[in-house]
Amino acid sequence: MTLTLALVQILNGLQFGLILFLIAAGLTLVFGVMDFINLAHGVQYMVGAYLVAAFTAMTGSFVAGLALALPAALIFGLLLEVLIFRHLYDRDHLDQVLATFGVIIFLNQAVKYIWGAAPLNVSIPDALSGAVEITDGMLYPVWRLVIIAVGLAVGLALYLVVNKTKLGMLVRAGASNAAMVSALGVNIRLLFTIVFGVGAMLAGFAGAMVAPILSVEPGMGDNVLILAFVVIVIGGIGSIRGAFIAALLIGLVDTLGRFFAPTLLKLLLDPSAASQTGRAIAPMLIYILMAAVLFFRPSGLFPSKQ
Amino acid sequence: MKQSFKLAGLAALMMSVSAIPAMAQEKIKVGVIVSLSGAGAVLGQQARDGFNLAVKDLGGKMGGKDVEVIVVDDELKPDVAVTKVKGLLERDKVDFVVGPIFSNILGAIHKPVTENKTFLISPNAGPSSYAGKECNPYFYVTSYQNDQIHQILGNVAQKRGYKKIYLMTPNYQAGKDFVAGVKMDFKGEILEESFIPLGTLDFQAELSKIASMKPDAVLTFMPGGMGVNLVKQYKQAGLLDRIPFLSTFTVDESTLPAQQDAAIGMFGGSNWAPTLDTPQNKKFVAEYEKAYNSVPATYAFQSYDAAMLINSAVVAVKGDLSDKAKVAAAMKKADFPSIRGGFKFSNNGYPVQDFFLTKVAKRADGKFQTEIVEKVFSNYGDRYAKDCAAQ
Repeated sequence: MTLTLALVQILNGLQFGLILFLIAAGLTLVFGVMDFINLAHGVQYMVGAYLVAAFTAMTGSFVAGLALALPAALIFGLLLEVLIFRHLYDRDHLDQVLATFGVIIFLNQAVKYIWGAAPLNVSIPDALSGAVEITDGMLYPVWRLVIIAVGLAVGLALYLVVNKTKLGMLVRAGASNAAMVSALGVNIRLLFTIVFGVGAMLAGFAGAMVAPILSVEPGMGDNVLILAFVVIVIGGIGSIRGAFIAALLIGLVDTLGRFFAPTLLKLLLDPSAASQTGRAIAPMLIYILMAAVLFFRPSGLFPSKQ
Repeated sequence: MKQSFKLAGLAALMMSVSAIPAMAQEKIKVGVIVSLSGAGAVLGQQARDGFNLAVKDLGGKMGGKDVEVIVVDDELKPDVAVTKVKGLLERDKVDFVVGPIFSNILGAIHKPVTENKTFLISPNAGPSSYAGKECNPYFYVTSYQNDQIHQILGNVAQKRGYKKIYLMTPNYQAGKDFVAGVKMDFKGEILEESFIPLGTLDFQAELSKIASMKPDAVLTFMPGGMGVNLVKQYKQAGLLDRIPFLSTFTVDESTLPAQQDAAIGMFGGSNWAPTLDTPQNKKFVAEYEKAYNSVPATYAFQSYDAAMLINSAVVAVKGDLSDKAKVAAAMKKADFPSIRGGFKFSNNGYPVQDFFLTKVAKRADGKFQTEIVEKVFSNYGDRYAKDCAAQ
C-alpha cells in the first residue's frame, strides 16, 4: 500500500514537473538567447488559461477551445514582443524587470476587467475527466496522465527541433553567443521573435492544460513564475535539456518532500508538530536544492554559455 | 492689493469648504469597506451589492433622512485598509462603517473606528479577539463568531458516528482556529491534521494520501481559489463518491460558479442558505438575483442585515445620532426582521442564532446553490461572550 502511494506520488511529481517544464522552456530560451529577463512570462501562462476558458465556453468543446487558444496565445506573444519587449532588448536588466513587471500588473487587471474577479471553470471531455484505479482504492485522474503524456511529447519535440534542425542550431548558437551569430549574417531579430512567440505559446499551452484542474483566476501566473525561474537557474540558462531535467527534479523534490517530510519527522516529533514542521520544511527544499546547485555549479547543471 | 484679494478669496473658499461637512450631516453617511480587488474580490462585491440592495429597499432613506453610501476597497491589505478607513472617518465623517470581509483587515480597522466613537458593523469577519474581554459597544457582527461555523462540522461528524477523519486547512491563524473548532465536539480519531501552505493550488499529493488512508470523512476549511481547486480535484480524483466532504467557507455561492458540478453533494456549515424558509429571505434572494444576476452567498445577506440593523437604530433614535449611548442601546436591540428569521445580539455584539448543515445542489435553472440539510444548533451564542464585561 505504501509502495503504491509512493509510486502515485512520483507520478504527481512528474506531472507537476512537466507543467513547470512547459513554462520554463520558453523562459530559458528568451533569457538565454536574448539575455532578456521577462517577468511577464507567467502572465502568458495565465492568458493561455483564460483563452482556453473563453474559447471552450464559446465552442462548447475543450479540444476546439485548445485548438483556437494555441494560435491565439502565439499571436498574443508576438504582439507583446513587437509592441513592448522589442524596445527593451538593448536596455539593462533593471529596465526590463521594471517594464515587464508593469506588463504583469496591466494584464492581471485587464483579465479581471474582461472576465471578472471570480475564478472561471473549464470542463474537460467526459472521456478524460474520470479516474483510473491503479490498485484497490488508489485512483488516479485521467487528465493528469494526459498532462504527463503531452508534456513528454512536447519535451521530445523540442529536443528534436533544438538539436536536429537548422533553426534549432541557430537557437543554440544564439544562446551561447548572440553577437557572433548576428555577425555571421543571421537575422537575429527574426530569430528572437520566433523564439519569443514559441515560448509564449508553450507557456500558454501549460496554462491551457492546467485550466481544468486549477482555477482560472487573475494572478495565477505569479506563483509559477518564481518556480520557473528556479528551474532555469538550476538547469542552466538557455538550455532546454537543463530546463527539462531541472523541472522534473523540482517537481519530484517538491511533491515527495511534502509527502515524506511529515512522515519522517513523525519518528522524532509528535504527529501534530511533525505535520506542521514537515509541511513548513517541504516548500523550502527546492530553494535549498537551488542553493546547493549554485554552490557547486554556479552556471547551472547544463550551462549553454561557455 | 492684488495679494490681499487673493487671500480674501482663499479664506472665502476655505470657509465654504469647511461649511460642506456640516451641511452633509443632514444625511446618514455609511462607509462600506470591503475587499473589491485581489483574492477576495467576489466576496466583497457580494457584500457591497447586498448592502446597496437593502438601501434601495429602504427607498434610500433611514429614519426619514437620505442615506449616502461610500464604498471603498481595502485591497485585502491591512495598511491600505487603515488609510482608507481614516479617510472615511476624517474626510467623509461617516456615521457608520460596514466591513470588512476578512479578519486580518478587521484587526487593522477595529481600533481606529471604535476609538473615533463610530459604529463598526462587520458583515462577515467574526474573530474571537473582539468577542471576549475586548468587546466594544461600538462593534457589532451580523455574521457569526468564526469558531461556530467550524464547530458545526465536528458536531455533525460526531453525530454521524465517524470514527476517523482527515483534517485539511491552510497553515495560518484561521486554519488553526478551524482545527480547534472541529475538535470542540468531535471525539473520534483524527488521522491527520494537514496544514497546507497558504496559496497552494494543486492538492493532488494530498488527495493521493487521503485515498490511501481511507478516512470516514474529510473535513476542510479552504477558502477562495484554493477551495475551487480542491473541490475540482477531489471530484477528479474519484474521491467524492467514496469519502464524504465536509467543509467551511469552501463551497458557497461565491465559489460555486467556478466549481459547478464538481461540488454537488458536498456539505458545508452555515447560518443561512438561499433556501432558508422565511418570507424575508424569499424576497431577498429573488431581488438579489434579479438585480445582480447571481445567486447570493452569506456575505450578501449578512450585509443586507447590517443595513437593516443600522436602519432600525436610526429609526429608534428618530434620526438623531448625537447621543451615542442611545444609538448603541438601539443597535443592541437588533429590532429588525433579519433575513434569517430569529436573530438577536449577545452581550458582546455577536449574534445568537441557528446554524445549519448545508449541501450543494443544482437548481432547475442550471445555477448552483447550497441547501439546508438539517439544523445543527438552535439559538446558539458564542463561548467568549461570558468574558465580555458589557451587559
